[in-house]
Amino acid sequence: MRDIVLNVNGKTRHARIEERTLLVSLLRDTLGLTGTHVGCDTSQCGACVVSIEGETVKSCSVLAATLPDGTAISTIESLATSDALHPMQQAFSECHALQCGYCTPGLVITAIDIVRKNPEGLTPDLIRKELKGNICRCTGYLNIIQAIMRGAAAMGVPTLAAEGEAQ
Amino acid sequence: MNEFQIIRPAALSDAVAAFNDAEEAMYLSGGMTLIPSMKARLAAPQLLIDLSGLPEMQGISDSGLSLRIGAMTRWAEILRSDVVAGAIPELARLVGQIADRHVRNRGTIGGSIANNDPAADCPAAVLGLGATLITDRREIAADDFYLGLFTTALEEDEILVAIDFPKPQAAAYAKHPHPASGYAVAGVMVARMAQGWRVAVTGAGADGAFRLTELEAALQSGPVEAALEKIDVSAIQVLNEPAFPADFRRQLILWLARESLGRLAV
Ligand SMILES: Cc1cc2nc3c(=O)[nH]c(=O)nc-3n(C[C@H](O)[C@H](O)[C@H](O)COP(=O)(O)OP(=O)(O)OC[C@H]3O[C@@H](n4cnc5c(N)ncnc54)[C@H](O)[C@@H]3O)c2cc1C
Ligand code: FES
Ligand code: FES
Repeated sequence: MRDIVLNVNGKTRHARIEERTLLVSLLRDTLGLTGTHVGCDTSQCGACVVSIEGETVKSCSVLAATLPDGTAISTIESLATSDALHPMQQAFSECHALQCGYCTPGLVITAIDIVRKNPEGLTPDLIRKELKGNICRCTGYLNIIQAIMRGAAAMGVPTLAAEGEAQ
Repeated sequence: MNEFQIIRPAALSDAVAAFNDAEEAMYLSGGMTLIPSMKARLAAPQLLIDLSGLPEMQGISDSGLSLRIGAMTRWAEILRSDVVAGAIPELARLVGQIADRHVRNRGTIGGSIANNDPAADCPAAVLGLGATLITDRREIAADDFYLGLFTTALEEDEILVAIDFPKPQAAAYAKHPHPASGYAVAGVMVARMAQGWRVAVTGAGADGAFRLTELEAALQSGPVEAALEKIDVSAIQVLNEPAFPADFRRQLILWLARESLGRLAV
């Protein structure tokens, strides 16, 4: 067992965990933040994506005990306020970018990070490339790409439709 | 996963000593291969030795003739690095084709090279550029490093500390990714070095990554355009799978070599 202290969604959280605890289990089982999902056991699906110090990671493949004290983690629960969704969540809702919703928390965290890392602008092609680590079994991705374009615009980042592609 | 302890040594010698003292220890870098294997119980160490606290294994530097990358450097750092972009831009292009953005934020170059997955991309760069593998106890030439599938010249307790890549005059990598996993069905690095041509193939070989010496010799002795027409690859031992049969893979190697050579020409 070991004691760790992390900054989760802006709050200091202490926990006593077994060394083998995965970050996703810490978030879901110890801290009760069940918005982050587990969709596979091969590190492929991206349902578990959260951000560590501003970089997206698959929380099912990170040992919580290896994170330095004070590491900042943000999960899907950090986004909406009591009266408003984050613009990216709003865009997912408006574009019908989810059906069962299992992949959505990881996709929304990823989408926001794609926008932040590409302030000069987004194209559907770039989004497609950046979504390689997030699998959605329902939507066929078209509405997700549209939602990220719309969410990016709402976050103030320019979007360019690729040639021959409707925005 | 079975229970285990984690330690994070601050000196290489402590890491090796801890490895040898423990009943069953393993080194941990980015964990992107090891943690999924432990979840599947394909690996069950009692001690994990986290290598992230060792300063010798960090950092990227350009010595003029070569580029040195610490083994603990994550793929994402290589992609962002101005030093890499200036010294060997093709290495950054290869790294951009590995896995996905989340895995690249954790996975390290040293973990990948030590693991020697036959379908990994990096062996093409290590072998294609003729890198030197620097460990806690010696230096190993790329040509002596790869010993077969998931097997390298590293001793059981040996730690890969850094990789030294000689700068090519020109280099290009072309990959055919597996449609589901994204790993290389085949990947070919062609490099013109000061000492001559090197061509390395990953993904396809029955014994892991190998040098395509037939093509190297043809490039050495005649015009680039004619080299591919001259060589015979029918004897090369390649992996044979229902989805990617041996003959297809041999053809793929030639296509990818042509693509790489085409990119060198422009
Ligand atoms: C979904 C997914 C897709 C992927 N796609 C690709 C791909 O397309 N192409 C590709 O090339 N790779 C791919 N990978 C693998 C990825 O690149 C890993 O980062 C890499 O194989 C292992 O690096 P790591 O730092 O995570 O190593 P770890 O998992 O920490 O370690 C791997 C092994 O090496 C040993 N080890 C680690 N560091 C050292 C060291 N310095 N010295 C000695 N031994 C050491 C460990 O004990 C372990 O046995 C993928 C991985 C995932 C999960
Ligand atoms: S649950 Fe983490 S990648 Fe699938
Ligand atoms: S909405 Fe069901 S998996 Fe994406």
